[in-house]
Amino acid sequence: MELFTYTRATDADQAVNAATHADVRFVAGGTTLLDLMKLDVERPTRLIDINRIGLDTVEKLPNGGLRIGALVRNSDLAHHPVVQSDYSVLSQALLAGASAQLRNMATTGGNLLQRTRCMYFRNTAMPCNKRAPGSGCSAIEGDNRTLAILGASKDCIATNPSDMNVALTVLEAVITVRGSAGARDIPIGEFFLVPGTTPHIETVLAPGDLITHVTLSAPRPQSKHVYLKLRDRASYEFALSSAAIVAELSGGKVTFIRVALGGVGTKPWRSHEAEAALLDGPAEIANFHRAADAALRDAHPQSENAFKVELTRRCITHALTLATQSASTRSASTRPA
Amino acid sequence: MATRSTLPPRTNGSLPRVDGPLKVTGTARYSSDYNLPGMLYAVPVCATIASGTIAGLDTSRAQSMPGVKAIYHRANLGKLFRTAPPSGFSGIVDEKRPPFEDDTIRYYGQYVAVAIALTFEQAVAAANAVKVTYKATTLNVTTHFMESEATDKPNVDSHRGDPDAAFASAPVKIDQTYATPTETHNPIELHASVADFDGQNFTLYETTQAVCNAQDVMAQMLGVPVENVRVISRFLGSGFGGKLWPWPHALIAAQASRNLGRPVKLVVTRDMMFQNVGHRPRTQQRVRLGATPQGKLVALMHDSLNHTSLLDDYSEGCSEATPYSYSVANLRATSGMVRRNVGTPTSMRGPGAVPGLFALESAIDELAVELKLDPLQLRLLNEPEKDEGRNLPFSSRHFVECLKVGAEKFAWSSRTPGIGSMKGSGEQAGLTLGWGLAGCSWIAERTEAQASVELLSNGAARVSCATQDIGTGTYTVLSNIVSERVGISNDRIEVVLGDTNLPPGPISGGSWATASVIPAVLDAVDKAKQTLFTIATSGPDAAFPDKKADALALENGKVHLKSADASTGVPFGDILAKASVRAASGQGKSTGTFGAPDRKFSTHSFGAQFAEVTWQPEIARLRVSRVVTVIDGGRILNPKPARNQIEGAVVMGVGMALFEATRYDIRNGAPINNNLADYILTTNADAPAIDVTFLDHPDLVLNPLGARGVGEIGLAGVAAAITNAVHHATGVRVRELPVRIEDLLAAPAELRA
Repeated sequence: MELFTYTRATDADQAVNAATHADVRFVAGGTTLLDLMKLDVERPTRLIDINRIGLDTVEKLPNGGLRIGALVRNSDLAHHPVVQSDYSVLSQALLAGASAQLRNMATTGGNLLQRTRCMYFRNTAMPCNKRAPGSGCSAIEGDNRTLAILGASKDCIATNPSDMNVALTVLEAVITVRGSAGARDIPIGEFFLVPGTTPHIETVLAPGDLITHVTLSAPRPQSKHVYLKLRDRASYEFALSSAAIVAELSGGKVTFIRVALGGVGTKPWRSHEAEAALLDGPAEIANFHRAADAALRDAHPQSENAFKVELTRRCITHALTLATQSASTRSASTRPA
Repeated sequence: MATRSTLPPRTNGSLPRVDGPLKVTGTARYSSDYNLPGMLYAVPVCATIASGTIAGLDTSRAQSMPGVKAIYHRANLGKLFRTAPPSGFSGIVDEKRPPFEDDTIRYYGQYVAVAIALTFEQAVAAANAVKVTYKATTLNVTTHFMESEATDKPNVDSHRGDPDAAFASAPVKIDQTYATPTETHNPIELHASVADFDGQNFTLYETTQAVCNAQDVMAQMLGVPVENVRVISRFLGSGFGGKLWPWPHALIAAQASRNLGRPVKLVVTRDMMFQNVGHRPRTQQRVRLGATPQGKLVALMHDSLNHTSLLDDYSEGCSEATPYSYSVANLRATSGMVRRNVGTPTSMRGPGAVPGLFALESAIDELAVELKLDPLQLRLLNEPEKDEGRNLPFSSRHFVECLKVGAEKFAWSSRTPGIGSMKGSGEQAGLTLGWGLAGCSWIAERTEAQASVELLSNGAARVSCATQDIGTGTYTVLSNIVSERVGISNDRIEVVLGDTNLPPGPISGGSWATASVIPAVLDAVDKAKQTLFTIATSGPDAAFPDKKADALALENGKVHLKSADASTGVPFGDILAKASVRAASGQGKSTGTFGAPDRKFSTHSFGAQFAEVTWQPEIARLRVSRVVTVIDGGRILNPKPARNQIEGAVVMGVGMALFEATRYDIRNGAPINNNLADYILTTNADAPAIDVTFLDHPDLVLNPLGARGVGEIGLAGVAAAITNAVHHATGVRVRELPVRIEDLLAAPAELRA
């Protein structure tokens, strides 16, 4: 850990104005940043604590949408009554993530920017293009069981570890950012970047940008929400594969569908291919298999994670089954863990 | 031999831990809680290669950083010595090379330097600023072992009959190889040393399961007389065997304290726990079983290998339970080692027997499947009359009763043998069930111990012994015994442990601390009573003038004439106060059985593990839902901490079966999943419903109370019971732990819902 200065911002403008160069970091819950600083992976010279700038409420908007402050804690968001009833996939995903202790600290904005759990990113004795651009990727020929099969490049195969981001992707959230040039809105589909040749650049944010809000559009009362997370153990583990589904049926046909995957992509992985395979078709198992195949058509497994292709196929199929079956049969098969 | 009816009644029933309030209020002081005036902080620098030499070590920047008092390395740490060969349970150390002894790197993370500073943060910064360059050479952390790699000819651990011929001609055969991965001890409490050198004597606050051994090893390696070293370990946040013997960080802290003349604290970090303080080595075990079509074993061969480090020979001892588990005329068990660029392995809960029984009990299950026999029946068919390995009678073996009681509690008779044939109902609706069982056993021994008991003039009592409480309940059990024997309540009894200034006591290992200390404490109570009775009958103010000491008895804390009713008794405190004596004390002693010649009995604990798994093939999700454990662990002195031991072991067994594995990067030997997020342990959400039964048959061969230890046996057999259940549910036989989703995805498709 390197020496750093620490200041507290009292409002968003002050925070943004203070963030004048690249090695400044905002700290909120600290659940990723402080760990990485202790490991010498993150070496900021200046920390700006944003825990006291407000932005910690969830508001219903006049248009029916929901505006979530960037400092709203994951626990509070997961248990918010509107989120539970109208955006259930978000609540489910949040509660599938981390542990209760971490969720009590972690914030909405922080979760969006959560760094990868790739073990080589965390080991400073080994090359990593995300940590040290140009040094190489240790994971490709290393222990890559948990890493990406979608969106990887020859320079990086690290997964985006967040569960929340996968749910926000199917909800087509809009992220509001404040920077030196003022505020702007970024659809989540444009927010994250695949690694390509620059894996150290993970989002479209510019240095000093501060996430202030996440906005969800008006709920779809007829939609069913499912977040299914598969992992080795029942709690406190990143997804090996997960699927977020928002679906609407009419007369047995799929009339609205959003599919996103976690634990398998270098970013929260929206599958337009799966959606296209499902839309306007009957909600039946053969179509779910087709959708899964479509989602995984470009999957490129690494030496240790070929199993993720089959696991994800089952994950998508089962999540779609849960999202399209009647309420009475659903409760029995959506048991936790 | 005493019969059961002559045993003292268990007046205390199921008492809570006497140290519970200290622990939950944070007033129990663990080793790293000691903060001494003028104390400095030590943070090691760890090698980032696993094989090679140090080419350069630049400390210039680190030395000039704020608060830094010293940077030590090979050239300036000062002389440390190697230990002489151990005798008994003294002088034992697994990593025998003193820290910084040479410039050769033999495993990733090996300490190459240490930064000492005024604050922990300054020491961390300085350690990071030490620049080390290496000349790397080829390393070997390859997972798989080849027989040709063995360091020597395999050791024949046990042999009888002609196993090769018997196996060759056996009508039914199983020949499979099983493997258990490297497992890392992950007690909540990290290893820590606070060393205080006062110019002549060392006071060492250590996270050790064996203060007496630590005193001896530290004195030898520091090169000072043993009386110049005092080791204190009042409370331990467990150790699972990893804290049995000293590790290099303790030497570094002590030597730094000597060099600087100030106390030094060194707390090992979680990532160092994966590289510098031992681990259970990977094991690879070939098991061959030959049997008659009726299920009678005719041959058993168990050949195991485990890895060890480049400099030290650690044999896991996988054959431990093999020779006596079943009746079989022809048997051979061998063991060997292969070298890898890893830190030196060490004991982990149930060393040898735990990985060994995974292999043996998996093979027995495979034989049952092959024979189309119920696996419980197969075990009953091969129950031995005696320990056929040692040709000795068992002191107390109730394995068959364990199986029968467990089967009853588990409802084993309703098991249908077909793979995937059992379906859940109620909360388990839609899930496939798998049921498996395994036997387990563990050695029952005791070692030499001494203890002191004082009956005090204020009516209280004090019992002391150097042995330490690893967290399992030694404080509680000793308090309970004195309470029972003296007849005063636990709150009037002070138990003092974990200090080499006290009468020498056993290691907290091998599950024998309880069995070893109890006889010494009973002896000490008897001697203290004799002293008390002498005082009560002597001098002008005697409570019982003109009486003989042997005419007295102590009951409910009061002394009375044996010829009179107990209600006439005088409180012992009054007797002592009247005589102006502070304490009537007794020094107790007991002998050991471990390694004793002329053994007349084979002493072991036994048990049976029954496991249920649930299986959702559509998402390849497997969970352990229920475990029934029946333990034949001698007489259980206090069921509460005993049950706690078994439940914890079962939870650990779930981890061994399904999750735990330390993974070394093949290119640089780094234990790459070196933290509690990437090294997967059982969480509460993964813990099954656990039903523990103790048969409670006293083993009076082992000690007067008939008590054996239960710290380790609960882990033995759990992994095999689970993998046997996995096979029953999925048709997948997992022979290399842990069971992974990858393995289960290969389950036959026709079994999918």
